[in-house]
Amino acid sequence: MNLVCKTALALTLGAATATTASAADELTIAIVNNGHMINMQKVAGAYAARTGIKLNWVSLEEGVLREQVTSDTATGGGQYDIINIGMQEAPIWGAAGWIEPLNFGDDYDLDDMLPAIRNGLSHEGQLYAAPFYGESSMVMYRKDLADAAGVSIKDNDSWDNIKAAAEAMHKPDEGVYGACLRGKPGWGDNMAFITTMVNSFGGAWFDKDMKPQLESQEWKDAINFYVDLLGNYGPPGSEGNSFNEILALYNEGKCGMWIDATIAASFLEVEGVAYAQSPNAGNPVGANWLWAWAMAVPAGSPNSEESMKFIEWATSKDYIKAVADHPEFGWGSVPTGTRASTYAYPEFQEAAGFAAAEMAAIESAAPEATDLKPYVGVQFAAIPEFPEVGGAVAQEMAAALSGAKSVDEALAAAQEAADAIMQEAGYY
Amino acid sequence: MAVIDQTTKFGKVFWPVLAWGIALIFFFPIFWMVFTSFKTDADAVKPEYLFTFKPTLENYLNMTDNYDYWRFAINSVITSTFATGLALVVGVPAAYAMSFNPSRHTKDILVWMLSTKMLPAAAVLYPMTFLTKNFLQIYDTHFLVIIVLCLINLPIVIWMLFTYFKEIPKEIIEAGKMDGVSTWGEIKDILIPLAWGGVASTALLCFIFCWNEAYWTVRLTTTEASTLSKLIEGNRAPEGLFFGRLSAVSTAAVGPIVILGWFCQKQLVRGLTFGAVK
Repeated sequence: MNLVCKTALALTLGAATATTASAADELTIAIVNNGHMINMQKVAGAYAARTGIKLNWVSLEEGVLREQVTSDTATGGGQYDIINIGMQEAPIWGAAGWIEPLNFGDDYDLDDMLPAIRNGLSHEGQLYAAPFYGESSMVMYRKDLADAAGVSIKDNDSWDNIKAAAEAMHKPDEGVYGACLRGKPGWGDNMAFITTMVNSFGGAWFDKDMKPQLESQEWKDAINFYVDLLGNYGPPGSEGNSFNEILALYNEGKCGMWIDATIAASFLEVEGVAYAQSPNAGNPVGANWLWAWAMAVPAGSPNSEESMKFIEWATSKDYIKAVADHPEFGWGSVPTGTRASTYAYPEFQEAAGFAAAEMAAIESAAPEATDLKPYVGVQFAAIPEFPEVGGAVAQEMAAALSGAKSVDEALAAAQEAADAIMQEAGYY
Repeated sequence: MAVIDQTTKFGKVFWPVLAWGIALIFFFPIFWMVFTSFKTDADAVKPEYLFTFKPTLENYLNMTDNYDYWRFAINSVITSTFATGLALVVGVPAAYAMSFNPSRHTKDILVWMLSTKMLPAAAVLYPMTFLTKNFLQIYDTHFLVIIVLCLINLPIVIWMLFTYFKEIPKEIIEAGKMDGVSTWGEIKDILIPLAWGGVASTALLCFIFCWNEAYWTVRLTTTEASTLSKLIEGNRAPEGLFFGRLSAVSTAAVGPIVILGWFCQKQLVRGLTFGAVK
């Protein structure tokens, strides 16, 4: 028995100690699993060869990434040298001192970064996370179906026209649904779209005292419109659809139009797709969202100097050129939504038919606080409590969409939940 | 509900057909996963390539070349093997004591052990992360994963072994005792040989549970001790349909355990149905 126990313990401890050593010339990078980050792992081979730094990539699903990176950064765990964070976290974490301010050399050309993206990743004018990919939202529609139905969709069209177009293209017997929109509950899922719609109706999440405004007339009008549009002209089971589900439907030719992230355009494989800027109901400000995935350095990271150098390279103009010149990729695969210079390349414009629409959407996005919307963020509010508030409200909106609750009931429940969270957080 | 007699001609056809039908329904997702793993990401989402497509090993080559599959696989083997071994080292004596020398609290202890499985893992995520990372400094080590996997599965291991050991007549153990056999001797020379089938099926089930565990192995590791669960998790994408790649990773992750289960199905079935026909 003693021998067995000792052997097992020795082997266990041996295995443990064998894995705790780490070299100082390594960088551990927590990344979200998307196409651009996957490509970066290949392109960065040249960087690793040039600098001699070993890059350890930890690829995680978005929700798990947030969970791990938040707990690691907040507790000063130091597991990661570089982390992927989004536009919701960057200004909050920067203000809290959880991530290092980023200062790059003149060659980096910070002024080339799209202003909306740069502002969204900064706190008090200081950049805290460098974007490797940015997006807004826009309308992607089947021009062939619209032409056949005798309708057209314009830039910044009215919601009434959008509904009329959806109705005209809606042919469920032929497997084509007029409008495919997010319905799956989640602050980054259905609420991303719904928030832009509410903004376009002149509504906002909070008033100047940060009290939730979910029972305002603007919210009621917007949600009634959303439920009516998606319920009547959307695919069945829309309350379970988010980006990937709708992407699959669209590529199967089942969607007349889709209003979603601009990145979707690079995945569309059906012929005859046309683009238009997001619709509104009188208020164009905040009708299209703004998001970026960015790289940041946790505060107190022992390898912060090497980490910053890597970020400087990975979000530079040179990196974009490196992706374009890579034998496996090309101009169709370069990260978009970060730098104005990318959109100036004729090769990129030719490879990405959506380039002009995407840049126009990003440039028109308005994340800054206004009198109407007294908080930073378009499809979210840049406050730590927003994921909780957004998650609770998302469930109610899905219930309204599925018919489990009326719009008024869902909004009342959402208001109650949001109010409780904000009160508990001490806002009022 | 009408009962169909197994001995009639209809019953002889009906039951096997029903059994095969159910088995195929259960197997279909695995089949589809393997099938999809030989498609490119682009083909995997196109309806026209649902059944007819040009098979490719691209996803598997990509997995080994770019995703370091073998590192994750080796970590899974190490952590599952040692966690299972450790669970048996603790579980066999515990089950022995409770089976042959029960106290008035034995039942309570057994129920309490099982009740620990009812605690939502998320409830202790933050303390576990903080404790292992900042205090014990064993975060992202094989040691931590082994201990956690062992503790998670220990209640089930002890319960299973307890039910097996209870089948063995106490008199046999007592006879050994009268012949001067030590406690360790009773376990090693009498109990384990008699309950070998039960111990093997318990070990196998424990190994499968360790291999498939995803909540803690994803959250308590970064690079050094990451298992195949983390490799799968990392291939889920919120924006983009990478079904071919995800299917290949999932196939390669569940493949070893499916093969192991296939070879050991006799013990597995015995373990799972133990006592059901008494």
